[in-house]
Amino acid sequence: MDRLPPKERMKISRSSMPEQDAKDRARNFLEVNLGLPVLAAQHEAQRCLDCADPKCVGACPVGMQINDVVTLVLDGDFIGAAKKIREDNVLPAVTGRVCPQENQCEGACVLGKKMDAVAIGYIERFVADYERETGNVGLPDLKPSTGKKVAIIGSGPAGLSCAGDMAINGHDVTVFEALHEIGGVLVYGIPEFRLPKDIVKNEVENMKNMGIKFETNVVVGKTITIDELMTEEGFDCVFIATGAGLPKFLKIPGEHLGGVYSANEFLTRVNLMKAYDPEKYDQPIYDCRGKNVAVVGGGNTAMDSVRSALRLGAKNAYIIYRRGEDEMPARKEEVHHAKDEGVQFMTLVNPVSFLGDEKGNLKVAHLQRMELGEPDASGRRRPVPKEGSDFEMPLDVAIIAVGTGANPLVQSTTPDLDTTDRGYILADEETLATSKPGVFAGGDIVSGSATVIRAMGAGRKAAKAMHEYLTAQAPV
Amino acid sequence: MYLIKEARFLAPDIKLFRIEAPRIARKRKAGQFVIVRVHDEGERIPLTIADSNTDDGTVTIIVQNAGKTTRLLNMMEEGDSVLDIVGPLGDPSHIENFGTCVVIGGGVGTAIAYPTAVEMKTQGNHVIGIVGSRNKELFILEDEMRATTDAFYPMTDDGSYGEKGFVTNKLAEICEKQKVDFVLAIGPIPMMRAVANVTRDLGIKTVVSLNPIMVDGTGMCGGCRVQIGDETKFACVDGPEFDAHLVDFDTLIARNSLYKEKEQKDLAEFQANPLVVLEQVRHQCRLDQVEEAIKARN
Repeated sequence: MDRLPPKERMKISRSSMPEQDAKDRARNFLEVNLGLPVLAAQHEAQRCLDCADPKCVGACPVGMQINDVVTLVLDGDFIGAAKKIREDNVLPAVTGRVCPQENQCEGACVLGKKMDAVAIGYIERFVADYERETGNVGLPDLKPSTGKKVAIIGSGPAGLSCAGDMAINGHDVTVFEALHEIGGVLVYGIPEFRLPKDIVKNEVENMKNMGIKFETNVVVGKTITIDELMTEEGFDCVFIATGAGLPKFLKIPGEHLGGVYSANEFLTRVNLMKAYDPEKYDQPIYDCRGKNVAVVGGGNTAMDSVRSALRLGAKNAYIIYRRGEDEMPARKEEVHHAKDEGVQFMTLVNPVSFLGDEKGNLKVAHLQRMELGEPDASGRRRPVPKEGSDFEMPLDVAIIAVGTGANPLVQSTTPDLDTTDRGYILADEETLATSKPGVFAGGDIVSGSATVIRAMGAGRKAAKAMHEYLTAQAPV
Repeated sequence: MYLIKEARFLAPDIKLFRIEAPRIARKRKAGQFVIVRVHDEGERIPLTIADSNTDDGTVTIIVQNAGKTTRLLNMMEEGDSVLDIVGPLGDPSHIENFGTCVVIGGGVGTAIAYPTAVEMKTQGNHVIGIVGSRNKELFILEDEMRATTDAFYPMTDDGSYGEKGFVTNKLAEICEKQKVDFVLAIGPIPMMRAVANVTRDLGIKTVVSLNPIMVDGTGMCGGCRVQIGDETKFACVDGPEFDAHLVDFDTLIARNSLYKEKEQKDLAEFQANPLVVLEQVRHQCRLDQVEEAIKARN
């Protein structure tokens, strides 16, 4: 496509993402966003001013060469664009869907100062989908084999991203996963309607074609330890990317009742075990049809949970959040999607207890209203209970989405691995090296809960340091 | 996929499997469990490991027909494969020389109690075994339990074998006659609760192995949370063995019946045509094997 002069480019308004109608999609698990068609993607690419010093690249946690990608899209070389993305990002079809671009690449786009930023996420997604749908994958070139063996613990975004870079650098990479599917949070956490599982599968196939090996059903810390991997199985270097998997509960009365779930459990049943299709799959989930379902929390996981509950047939699906809507950590887009679909928001409200029936199933939530006080350590205003504001509401399912802690399985079986007092692994900020030589760690198990792309950034950072560590060693 | 190297019925509806899983076989200790997923549309179910063999890399599980998944599994034969097996999960049994130990197995729970009885004996305990079952037909692992215990008492509900009565009758009798330092009870929840009630007032340290509903088995979902005293614990990573006197059995029973409706529906559908389901699973399994072989060749 011919390039317009900058003045003309700035007259083009930002493309909007075609999406499934809110009424329809609130009752199905098909993807909400439908992706830009070819012309719209090129149209959007035309808006890019092709800055000499592209701020978007610096704002991308994996440093994707966005300006070059956009140029290739304008040229109509979509496979070339895919290959360019894959130099820095092993999961473009994933990040094109789930990245909070507004805080990263698009947040840094110079256009954003005066008008809407270039829809980089939409373009990225278009390129990745084009590549997949046409069957022409633009895999990056691999360097000659180094003969060094690398173990990656965990197949979530941090692990996959590190695995990709290590494979490109010619190392022999094996990814170990505790669950029976590859993808970590991408398969157990993020719902089908936001990230179809076939897309993750496809990305994993691409990685297999890069020579990366995957072993499912291996719980490192239980099935095998880090020390055994390094001594008995000959791994030269290890990257721990086990995520922040331990669900937090509210520690209020009644949390053991039937119908009270952690978001992790609820989402795992729905996504990984496909409980949304009970005719076909055996793993059960509490029947939400015609029920009152509330999700406690205001993050992306809370939005994923409440929108899943709606799709499982909930009569009323609520978000219960103890702060105000402005304080919600969820992406604005997700909040809007949830509202459009009919999710009801109860902000400045906090559960005090859950009450059940004689069978031990949840029936009523006891709640209280909150008001915002002084800012706390996170900089957000601290919610404090309003005296005498208690009230009850009928509730059949409560999903607790108030964050996660560090899973201790790896740390507790690796004595020379230093951790924080909250159980997260201590890693050097620059290299992500841990206290144990040859062992690196990144993603949520180091930083606490973050985003897919932050974890991928950590995977890349570690890969760089691991590659240096391995090449500094004597050649095999 | 994980090959079934041996499969044989120990009693009607109770089947022993030796499944090839060398990594698990090497690490497994008494009291730990695996999670098995039989086929692609199946659920993940926790099963305690009864034994392992490092020479041929197998773990032994003993499975009793309960719902759809266990019945389907129990139709599988030597040469079939299960899709997934992961472990060893949970903490191993705490083994030490307590003095006199009573190891109680109820029904298929005997398979779980047995390896711990062996370890207890090895540590120098005087081990008394009590095994209970509904009737003679369902009585399992008698020879094994006899061989590892200093005294052994078979009990059946209907008196068709051993003494007629519950394991708790025998336990109370033993505790009256002699000093007991430690009790391990593994079996149906009502049995474990009854045992806890016998030993609570006597102040005998008692441990039970809990079997709550579970998904991942690594502490990630919290579905297996149990009330232990005033604490919430995850059976998968904090257990599965807990102090019997602190366990809230009522909550465990309630939580374990959460999905009864769906389970009964699935079971009824399965039982209408079990062989068709088995054939589908086997067929998919063979397709996967062929695919793996092709990939390996390329």
